Amino acid sequence: MMTSIEDLAARIPDGARVALAPDYSGVSMATVRALIARGAKDLHLIGVPSVGFQGDMLIGAGCVATLEAAAVTLDEYGPAPQFNAAIKAGALKMIDGTCPAIHAGLQAAEKGIPFMPVRGIVGSDLLTHRDDWTIGHDPFDEEDGPIVMVKAIRPDVTLIHAPLADCHGNVWIGVRREMMLMAHASRNTLVTAEEIYDGDLLADERLAPGTIPGLYVSGVAEAANGAWPVGLFGRYGPDDAHLRDYLQRARTVDGFASYLDEFVHAPKAAE
Amino acid sequence: MSTDFAPEELLIATVADMLTGLGHVAVGAQSPIPGTAALLARARSGGGLRVSMLGSETHSPFTDGGRELFDCAAQGRIDAFFLGGGQIDGQANINLVGIGDYPETKVRFPGSFGSAYLYFLVPRVILFREEHTARVLVPKVDFVSAPGVSEENTYRKGGPHALVTGRCVFDFDDAAKRFRLQSIHPGHTVDEVREHTGFNFDMPDDVPETPAPDASTLALLRGDVAEAVTERYPAFAAKVFGTVNAA
Repeated sequence: MMTSIEDLAARIPDGARVALAPDYSGVSMATVRALIARGAKDLHLIGVPSVGFQGDMLIGAGCVATLEAAAVTLDEYGPAPQFNAAIKAGALKMIDGTCPAIHAGLQAAEKGIPFMPVRGIVGSDLLTHRDDWTIGHDPFDEEDGPIVMVKAIRPDVTLIHAPLADCHGNVWIGVRREMMLMAHASRNTLVTAEEIYDGDLLADERLAPGTIPGLYVSGVAEAANGAWPVGLFGRYGPDDAHLRDYLQRARTVDGFASYLDEFVHAPKAAE
Repeated sequence: MSTDFAPEELLIATVADMLTGLGHVAVGAQSPIPGTAALLARARSGGGLRVSMLGSETHSPFTDGGRELFDCAAQGRIDAFFLGGGQIDGQANINLVGIGDYPETKVRFPGSFGSAYLYFLVPRVILFREEHTARVLVPKVDFVSAPGVSEENTYRKGGPHALVTGRCVFDFDDAAKRFRLQSIHPGHTVDEVREHTGFNFDMPDDVPETPAPDASTLALLRGDVAEAVTERYPAFAAKVFGTVNAA
């Protein structure tokens, strides 16, 4: 169960469908750097429901073939430069969705059923570009009008960062339970944790309800400050100066390359 | 009447007035002005208004992850929400995806977020876009992230209530499926609004001025409310109120 960040990155094969959390949840930037360092290719990222800096960096580094998400957002930091550049260059296949449809697709996978009905969406152009969404009817009430059904989303891997994990693979995520849904729906869940908890997280009644049980988790690596330069809920905020420096550099090909050289390829730069 | 206020403060106060009497307002991504307006309305509500702000650690009541907001909305537990748009058209369709012939967009926007769902389910959706230009307010959006109106047989509990921009306020006439100019912000004119709006809209013979925030509103806004919004939108709060995030 316990392993290294590099090993987690090695266990995400090229072409894998990888579920990622938004920047305000748990993002394993330490593993993102390791993925870029190992030259990962053709990843299919699934933002649950959006991606931020980790998506922008992986796209810029050429690791991503497809992005499925409701949005790419850097919040107050503005547009995502490498995402926008990749779209402009036609280098990224974007599967545009909407937040509740992504949650619903994962919920279908969680329950082992093929699809899930979702409210709304009827009349949105999103629908016309999705072959994994369709319109059906309520079988119990034909008068209820059209309802959209979305196919189950079954990621190969969920990659997250959490405040606590123990040596049994139990991972404490508190109220950030989109990560619970992601773990339930995915074949494998790989985790970096801020701290390794000395004991069994499921044995503490206060912690157990916010804990992903180890049965869903196949690898845990300790990574203090593992969400850096993005923040981690309840622990630390984003590294504002660093993120602004990233945005400045990521506007150009050379600038982005210099960022990767300094913080990804240079050994131990982030630690 | 000579109280000075920032343009953002007028917009915040205007949006806050639209939330009076409601029970639960949710705020989505990238919404600093609507978010601040919701916190102002909450501060004035005497405990009657609950605000749920996505991405906030201190102003979110949710314990079941990202899906809970959407589940709440589908059950009718959310009274108002805010949506924006890279493009917004005269039928209140919004485009959060991009300009051009999708998927080959010339300009890419962040994405649709929860708009394609919440626009149908939250009774009072307030459209907010500070930039009021003909490139934003267009005759017809290039991509419909979420439609302003739906066919008769569509399950739809909510939709556009108003559109607030940096120049004016429109309300939305459900029957006519058109915007109607409701008020113009101080220092702006009807001609200017017409020039910078790409769609046709209705208007009364006399268009009133958007009321300026009074002294007590400004005091509340610059005090407790500014402090409260700093956790979620530190850059915005620093710019408008000069507050610094304690975290």
